[in-house]
Amino acid sequence: MTKKIKNLNLNFGPQHPAAHGVLRLILELDGEVVEKADPHIGLLHRGTEKLIENKTYMQAVPYFDRLDYVAPMNQEHAFALAVEKILDIDVPIRAQLIRVMFCEIGRILSHILNVTTQALDVGALTPSLWGFEERETLMTFYERASGSRLHANYFRAGGVHQDLPAGLETDIAKFCETFPKIINDLENLLTDNRIFKQRNVDIGVVTKEDALDYSFSGVMIRGSGVPWDLRKSQPYDCYNQLEFKIPVGKNGDCYDRYLCRIEEMKESVKIIKQCLSKMEKGPIKTFDGKITPPSKKDIKQSMEALIHHFKLFTEGYRVPEDEIYTAVEAPKGEFGVYLISDGSSKPYKCKIRAPGFSHLQSMDYLIKGHMLADVPAVLGSLDIVFGEVDR
Amino acid sequence: MNNLIDLEKKINSELGTKINTSEIKHNQIYLEIDSEDLIDVVLFVKTNKDTKFRQLIDITVVDYPERSKRFKIVYLFLSHEFNQRMILSYDISENEVIASLTPIFPSANWMEREVFDMYGVSFKDHPDLRRILTDYGFEGHPLRKDFPLTGHTEVRYSEDQKKVINEPVKLEQNYRNFDYESPWEGTKYIKELTDSNDKKN
Repeated sequence: MTKKIKNLNLNFGPQHPAAHGVLRLILELDGEVVEKADPHIGLLHRGTEKLIENKTYMQAVPYFDRLDYVAPMNQEHAFALAVEKILDIDVPIRAQLIRVMFCEIGRILSHILNVTTQALDVGALTPSLWGFEERETLMTFYERASGSRLHANYFRAGGVHQDLPAGLETDIAKFCETFPKIINDLENLLTDNRIFKQRNVDIGVVTKEDALDYSFSGVMIRGSGVPWDLRKSQPYDCYNQLEFKIPVGKNGDCYDRYLCRIEEMKESVKIIKQCLSKMEKGPIKTFDGKITPPSKKDIKQSMEALIHHFKLFTEGYRVPEDEIYTAVEAPKGEFGVYLISDGSSKPYKCKIRAPGFSHLQSMDYLIKGHMLADVPAVLGSLDIVFGEVDR
Repeated sequence: MNNLIDLEKKINSELGTKINTSEIKHNQIYLEIDSEDLIDVVLFVKTNKDTKFRQLIDITVVDYPERSKRFKIVYLFLSHEFNQRMILSYDISENEVIASLTPIFPSANWMEREVFDMYGVSFKDHPDLRRILTDYGFEGHPLRKDFPLTGHTEVRYSEDQKKVINEPVKLEQNYRNFDYESPWEGTKYIKELTDSNDKKN
């Protein structure tokens, strides 16, 4: 007697706690083995690029916070750098240090979220409880500098919006002393944990070649043994004055990517410490009055300043005609902005290159032949945030 | 090659007539080609030992509705080995169908789907050319310059029909696009006027 066996189509998400947002994944299953995965994205599509085309350069910044919303300032950084390169302006050193410091805080924010939720996906609850406490501390640093915990809107072309409030630097320094202990605690829970290893080692293996072909970047490519980090290879702001190492994985599996993220957090703490020690009093944005709004004091006394203030916040500054691609090493990989300016005060075109988009695209390749239970593990290690995938 | 100028020379000498213009700007190479040469050029820069642009970073389109060749297709490449970036572009008219890069770069799959979704540019031999970011059943191509910022339809839950429905957009107030350009230095007609006056003097 022959029995007909049919593959089962399973709808994973869009509302599933392990889908890390609004991912709809259509899985074709043969028993418990995944034959094919077809991710449907776009459920969080807000038309960011279209909106940016209709806003001035300064109004465009907040949209970048809403892309990868677990590390907002890293995205703003890419846009600020792109505009600065076209305008050809220098950023004062204090502003560079503040920006790098907050980018590294963003990296820690993102990696804590990813490492702990990945652990949560494979069955460990405690790391997320411990990790989120630290995230909360870091977000208060965001709040004290910019006024909001998440959507900072803090970086500007030519520097940052305002100087750090008194006492913030010492508090961040204190955090740098206590935080390595928390990383150790997380590592004690996970790194040698039998269940965690069983769920992650040799799962979702990416070879070097495939990592290149599938446009991987960030931890996804470093986990596969390619020593590539834009902070080292194409340094921006003051990264070339700082000392840090780039952790590189060996096997390209979920476990190596986890290890890379843990090590990167330790390196980020070192970078933050260096930034703090180098930081001296000084200007926090460029002096070019056609780009930087005048100070409140000047507005009260000078007619010219008042006019400039008005023009900067209605018309905005103009950016000469040019075309540029600028990328930064965001926590999730290469985040890039392809900007075309046409000489007016609004970008003609602003294409956002999100790392998660290419990572998620490879889902079918990564999960083929794995068990259904490995889907959350692989998805967790891809570090997907739908704000940036859908844009 | 680690040196940008050498790299530009190399590409120009090897590909010769296929490169229309090349330029070095912001530490990147900008190349302009013809649409039919795409596959040849990409295969060359990917495999040649002196270029090794092994990674396709992104594909995008710029829309210039006033031009006869309306769309400018842009490909961004990265060479890890030589730490170089390259921006490749060509112009096409509205209904032209272009070659897909999926056989050379598997990652081009979604990027081309996004281009198709956002601009309505079609690709020959693409394995799975569906919409990607917009809603199921969406009409139009949102990133074209003639697509309104508010869109054509809006979605709401209808209490009568007990389901989610699409309706034409109704705005309480029309979308207003203020022209803030300073008349004393920015707006085109004044600028042209002052420029021509300068020439006369």
